Amino acid sequence: MNGEGVLTGEFFMMGDVACAEGAISAGCRFFAGYPITPATETAERMAERMPQIGGTYVQMEDELASMITVLGASWGGVKAMTATSGPGFSLMMENLGWGIMTETPCVLVNVQRGGPSTGLPTLVGQGDMMQARWGSHGPYEIIALAPSSPQELFDLTIRAFNLSEKYRTPVLVMTDAEVGHMTEKVVIPPPEEIETFPRRKPTVPPHEYLPYKADDDLVPPMANAGEGYRFHITGLTHDERGYPVIDAETQDKLITRLVEKIRKNKDDIIQLEENGLEDAEVVLCSYGISARTALWPVELARREGIKVGTLRLITVWPFPEERIRQLAGRVRAFVVPEINYGQIALEVERCASGQAEVTLVGHAGGDIHEPERVLEAIRRAVR
Amino acid sequence: MSSKQTVNPKLETQNSKPDRHPMDELLREDRLPHIWCSGCGIGVALTCFIKALQKCGLDLDKVVVVSGIGCTGRVAGYVNLDSFHTTHGRAIPFATGLKLANPELKVVVFSGDGDLIAIGGNHLIHAARRNVNMTVICVNNFNYGMTGGQVGPTTPPGAITSTSPYGCFEHPFNLPYLAAASGAVYVARWTTLHVRRLEKSILEALHKRGFSFVEIISPCPTLYGRWNKQRTGLAQMQYYHDQGVIRHGLDPKEADIGLHGEIIEGVFVHIEKPTFLDFCSDALAKSVG
Repeated sequence: MNGEGVLTGEFFMMGDVACAEGAISAGCRFFAGYPITPATETAERMAERMPQIGGTYVQMEDELASMITVLGASWGGVKAMTATSGPGFSLMMENLGWGIMTETPCVLVNVQRGGPSTGLPTLVGQGDMMQARWGSHGPYEIIALAPSSPQELFDLTIRAFNLSEKYRTPVLVMTDAEVGHMTEKVVIPPPEEIETFPRRKPTVPPHEYLPYKADDDLVPPMANAGEGYRFHITGLTHDERGYPVIDAETQDKLITRLVEKIRKNKDDIIQLEENGLEDAEVVLCSYGISARTALWPVELARREGIKVGTLRLITVWPFPEERIRQLAGRVRAFVVPEINYGQIALEVERCASGQAEVTLVGHAGGDIHEPERVLEAIRRAVR
Repeated sequence: MSSKQTVNPKLETQNSKPDRHPMDELLREDRLPHIWCSGCGIGVALTCFIKALQKCGLDLDKVVVVSGIGCTGRVAGYVNLDSFHTTHGRAIPFATGLKLANPELKVVVFSGDGDLIAIGGNHLIHAARRNVNMTVICVNNFNYGMTGGQVGPTTPPGAITSTSPYGCFEHPFNLPYLAAASGAVYVARWTTLHVRRLEKSILEALHKRGFSFVEIISPCPTLYGRWNKQRTGLAQMQYYHDQGVIRHGLDPKEADIGLHGEIIEGVFVHIEKPTFLDFCSDALAKSVG
């Protein structure tokens, strides 16, 4: 194969394509997917690029298969991903849970469109944010990142792969149709400037290997299939040997570790972008395309003399609870524009605990917010 | 694939014990006894599989067993190989990911009729169509055992189950016909009575390049049998003895199974055609070098 992995250079590139290039730069060599608007361009790019660099593209019969095939590929020793939108995301939820329970690194990209159901295939939505958090059954923690530009789709897809290997869990990239279909400047750095996190391999001989005996940071090293470790992996509640044990005690031990490995490392995982918060009376808190379209109304409000700052959630899950609490103690209000009828706004409200007012600027989907609506919400917050 | 049989250091120690069963090397002894009922055929199916593995000459460190959910889905938990107990119906696409990510692996899917044919039916036909290199062993006991004996896509018309109390009103799938029509390069059916032929078929399937499919008709006296006049494993084996008919090479569309009717067994398909990976490597060698 004569292809190159990292396409170093400056490009005028679509978000979905930048996502594929980010994955490749992170070392992804396996893509399984199913065509769905507005995520199809990621699959198309992978179909073209994977064979050039010794990777595999396979188009599955549905999204149930796409997700579990990615998990299988990861156990085969390859960094793997899929990309989809709302209806496909719904179908992936059960197997996402298997990935969480079995601690399988992989990346799932959701280019969100308007829903529910078939909804608005070609138009934007941000209505899957709570599904990202709670969409699979049972108690768990998840990592989800929310890019606001094609450049960030490139950067955060790399970060998603690194977090998935570091914490041994599926990581979600929750983008949207606007960012995914936007074409703008994307800079791909030289390979030596791209940090990648390798798989955490066992250091003990096969007969001493326990697949779920965690290191001090609560993450167990991972042997791949075919390396002679002869392990058993199950989605059932299991002990350190990976054997099913169906009782409350084992469940408590396992689930506590799965949750804590993310909660205890949230400072490493949570990434925020803050502007003008030092003397802010109002915090415009948003993510993805809505954080970007809010910049203009924020600018207009500042011109009117309103002290408004911005808090952009680059990591949405785990939720930056502490930062919201700190801010709630000293600001008057949060304004939360998002293209749904209140999902992240509920989280902000929970963390603000009545110390600051929280105003949702909702939108059913199909378009970005009118700047006037966001501006008016900021004005009302200081009245 | 290498013919060298690598022995795990743990196994060597265990092998020195004088009282070990010849198959213990390939079983997780610390997980026994198994969960299967008295008279169940899954143990026989597993025995034939292990015998075939012992004879196959493959590097067993590279053999991976993938199961879905259900009674047969527990097989993955008992074999001393890399093994995965996946979600209900998704063993085949999981196996597809493993195989395509690491073509050195020999991937075997071992699961039941409810898992592979009902909830996972779409994956079965598509993996066969792609001719992904894997062996699928499907234990067919005509009902959902793990959940207490409900009607399924292989239940013969008229059969009583907990959710077909007036008899099954649906036409069942004929599995060899389904697998053959979908593109499998090796298709066989045996009952758990015909253990030597079954073991030979599994061995042939393991060595086949492409998508190989072996259906194993298996007793479930606890649930299926007791409602359908075969109350013991022995009674079901007697039925296989009386009604089992070997017809190698028969067009599998002739191999329907009716309630208490004839069970046609044999190797129905044994052909060669390019696998998914053959197509990939040939086409890509020309296009991208």
